[in-house]
Amino acid sequence: MNKETLELIGGIIAIIGSLFLLLGSIGLLRMPDSYNRIQAGTKASTLGTMLSVLGAWFFAPAMVGKFVILILFVLITNPVSSHAIARAAYHIKVPLSPRTIVDKLKDKYSADSDRMAYKKKVKSETE
Amino acid sequence: MGNLLIEIASGITLLALLLGLIRFIKGPHKVDRVIAFDTMTVSSIALIVFISLLSGNLLYLDVALVYGILGFLGVVILARYFEKGL
Amino acid sequence: MFVIIAIVLGIISLIGGVIALFHKKLVVAILAAGLVSLTASIIFLLLAAPDVAMTEAAIGSGLTTVIFLYVLNKIREKNG
Repeated sequence: MNKETLELIGGIIAIIGSLFLLLGSIGLLRMPDSYNRIQAGTKASTLGTMLSVLGAWFFAPAMVGKFVILILFVLITNPVSSHAIARAAYHIKVPLSPRTIVDKLKDKYSADSDRMAYKKKVKSETE
Repeated sequence: MGNLLIEIASGITLLALLLGLIRFIKGPHKVDRVIAFDTMTVSSIALIVFISLLSGNLLYLDVALVYGILGFLGVVILARYFEKGL
Repeated sequence: MFVIIAIVLGIISLIGGVIALFHKKLVVAILAAGLVSLTASIIFLLLAAPDVAMTEAAIGSGLTTVIFLYVLNKIREKNG
């Protein structure tokens, strides 16, 4: 496989990844709620960045180490930060969308948003 | 041929950055602004990789790695701050 | 292509600077200052200075945001 074909494949993968980034930003604009925005903005941009870096690897196949480290780093850290910010948003009581149907965490955090109270409640429910 | 495709991809990534900036300006709650900041940081990693390919200097990939680490650190510290922690 | 990228990043940096100056909430102002520094890092990268870009990302985004939030946490504890 010669260099031109590799660059064509890599460019097409990079364009698909950047389209995922664009879809994530459109979802960030159009979703009605903070939690929906977390969902739309983070998952799509994780996949988009991973595909973009994978497409860039076809242009320089010798530098495999840095690209693998970059893909693994984005794959690990971006869901962690999304989870942290969603948990903080539920703790400071960001309002839900009026079209929300079910909220399973409602009675578990309602008394006071303390971590020990939540653990005690879960323990008493399981016993 | 390859350079043209990478230029198109970086143009689309710039459009994504601008849409994230609109949410950063509008966002009614502070959590919305943090999410927009996170999305713009992750999109910028892809943009730095494209810039390093276009300029032909693969030393720039280290900058993308540092950028990712610091964006992650900032968002996690903001989340800890919102929970009255730090 | 680099000129287009530089112009768009400059626009983002200007808007972030205006938000950091004139917004009422301090957290949003700190976040906008971090946005300005992250954008300036890519502009330094376009000007072929990767070491300056790395330093700008480390100092401007990481250290300044952490120290500002630490001080803001202390102030919030004092004022109740």
